[in-house]
Amino acid sequence: MSDTALSGPRKPSRWAAFSAAFFGVPSAAIAFVVFVSMCLAALLAPWIAPQNPYDLGAVSILDNLLEPGEQSFSGMTHWLGTDGQGRDMLSAMLYGLRISLLVGILSGVIALAVGTLVGLIAAFRGGWVDALLMRIVDLQLSFPTILVALILLVILGRGVDKIIFALVVVQWAYFARTVRGVALIENSRDYVEAARGLRFGAWRILFLHVLPNCLPTMLVVATIQMAQAISLEATLSFLGIGLPPTRPSLGLLIANGFDYLQSGRWWISVLPGLVLLVLIVSVNVLGDRMRDVLNPHLKR
Amino acid sequence: MLEFLLRRILQAILVLFVMTVLVFFGVNVIGNPVYIFASSECNQACIDEIIVNLGLDQPIWRQYLTFLGNLFQGDLGRSFTHGVPAMSLILERFPATLELAIAALVLALGIGLPLGIYAGLKPDSPISKLIMGFSMISFSVPIFWIGLIFILIFSVRLGWLPSIGRGDLVSVFGLFEVSFLTWDGLRHLLMPAFTLSLIMMAMVIRLTRAGMREVLHADYIKFARANGIHERRVIGVHVLKNILIPIVTVLGMEFGGVIAFAVVTESIFSWPGVGKMLIDAIAVLDRPLIVAYLIFVVVMFVAINLLVDILYSVLDPRVRLGGNVS
Repeated sequence: MSDTALSGPRKPSRWAAFSAAFFGVPSAAIAFVVFVSMCLAALLAPWIAPQNPYDLGAVSILDNLLEPGEQSFSGMTHWLGTDGQGRDMLSAMLYGLRISLLVGILSGVIALAVGTLVGLIAAFRGGWVDALLMRIVDLQLSFPTILVALILLVILGRGVDKIIFALVVVQWAYFARTVRGVALIENSRDYVEAARGLRFGAWRILFLHVLPNCLPTMLVVATIQMAQAISLEATLSFLGIGLPPTRPSLGLLIANGFDYLQSGRWWISVLPGLVLLVLIVSVNVLGDRMRDVLNPHLKR
Repeated sequence: MLEFLLRRILQAILVLFVMTVLVFFGVNVIGNPVYIFASSECNQACIDEIIVNLGLDQPIWRQYLTFLGNLFQGDLGRSFTHGVPAMSLILERFPATLELAIAALVLALGIGLPLGIYAGLKPDSPISKLIMGFSMISFSVPIFWIGLIFILIFSVRLGWLPSIGRGDLVSVFGLFEVSFLTWDGLRHLLMPAFTLSLIMMAMVIRLTRAGMREVLHADYIKFARANGIHERRVIGVHVLKNILIPIVTVLGMEFGGVIAFAVVTESIFSWPGVGKMLIDAIAVLDRPLIVAYLIFVVVMFVAINLLVDILYSVLDPRVRLGGNVS
């Protein structure tokens, strides 16, 4: 038995053990399916949406404010209704989901890269570099994220690139602090000592040996941060300082529907909100589950 | 102690300085406010006059120095659109925001604490699971959407609560006006305050539950029970006193965040506070007002952080010593 354990492929079994533990909880499995299908729907939006909501030729103002299930003049059934400009809500939501996910994932990945680099440098250099970097992180984290994002967007104006930049600025500090903490622990481990004994370069040890061991923790933080980023982007877009009207994310769709809410036309705001809610909750559930499974303290 | 205090204050001043530079230059680089004031018939002479009136003919560093000089006198410039000093506008609107934030704090504690205590006492009961589920959802859901759903249900469908403004106001000592002392004002306050309190409430529930589970196993609770002290007194006095410390600390630190977050709640419910004013100011690019708001919030924030740090170092000497070592 020990023979097979030694000679057998180790990586796949580790992965299998992880996925078995991960999907052992029904809520995690459901959240995973929901999240993947939402990503697919967003990715395939141009092909599966009944209408291109930003093609002015396809949208008619005469079809505005149709209730869910009503038919337009051209005979098309709008299963989720239309908005104030006659856009099909289902299509608008698919395109909105696309932008919300794009902004959330892209800002998360960039913040992860920046934060990881800063955290690793701080942990490895130590001394005044560490003190300075961590002071900046402390300072950043002492301000609420919405305030920092608000200031940046007021200064920069609206735009996809600008909101991604703002989200990176508010998120990188979380990654930097987490990575520094994990890297400091890893740094004192025997394998790093051994690598040093072999006279490996500092960067080689950092990126090939320390970094892979920080990955599980970073993955958990990244997932939870992504949910935060999507929520924050929606909030800022709702306030009219996030994405421009030409790139309506879910938050902006909700804001558009706000004007019609008082007259009882609920679907324009409520439906994109539900999509946003399901998206954020599923990402949070995935993050929570990942933390439980990957947490080394719970494993031992 | 004195050294720690001085360092901390110096640090706060440095942060303030950096933030004023950032905010002022940032805001003044974007957009061109001249075109907001220039009518379509405005010729070059009229445009020049507007530029001189707004002080935009000066080089930007001179504008900043003027701004900084005025800042020390509490003068944050005149609002372009309102034509009155920005600071007086902010002070006029701030009580409304403060009232909303305090009401949210009261709701978060008033509802969150009992729910957290219950969940801590009976961690396995279905009601506790429901409470924890509620706190999880409150963390995840974008608050602005919850506000919309409240409006849809309680204002549009049921017609129970008004969704706009502050309602009837009562003046307190002739200094500022509050809503919560009139029935109409209270009805206006309920929905925005509850919406704003949700995140804090979720936090209070979690902290209380975690604290309860920890403290209930402590020796002094066992001895209190062994002494035959009534269970209600054990929970209400001995347990509560010990779990309140972290809760109060976290809420104190979060309070500034609540005021910043009020921007969202105020926009949804048209609550006439500083947050709503900021969003309106952004829409018309009223730069002095935007700068004044940002500086005001940053100053408030740095002050809160400084206060919390100093309080901490008084209560817990380890912070002070640790701070000096690094």
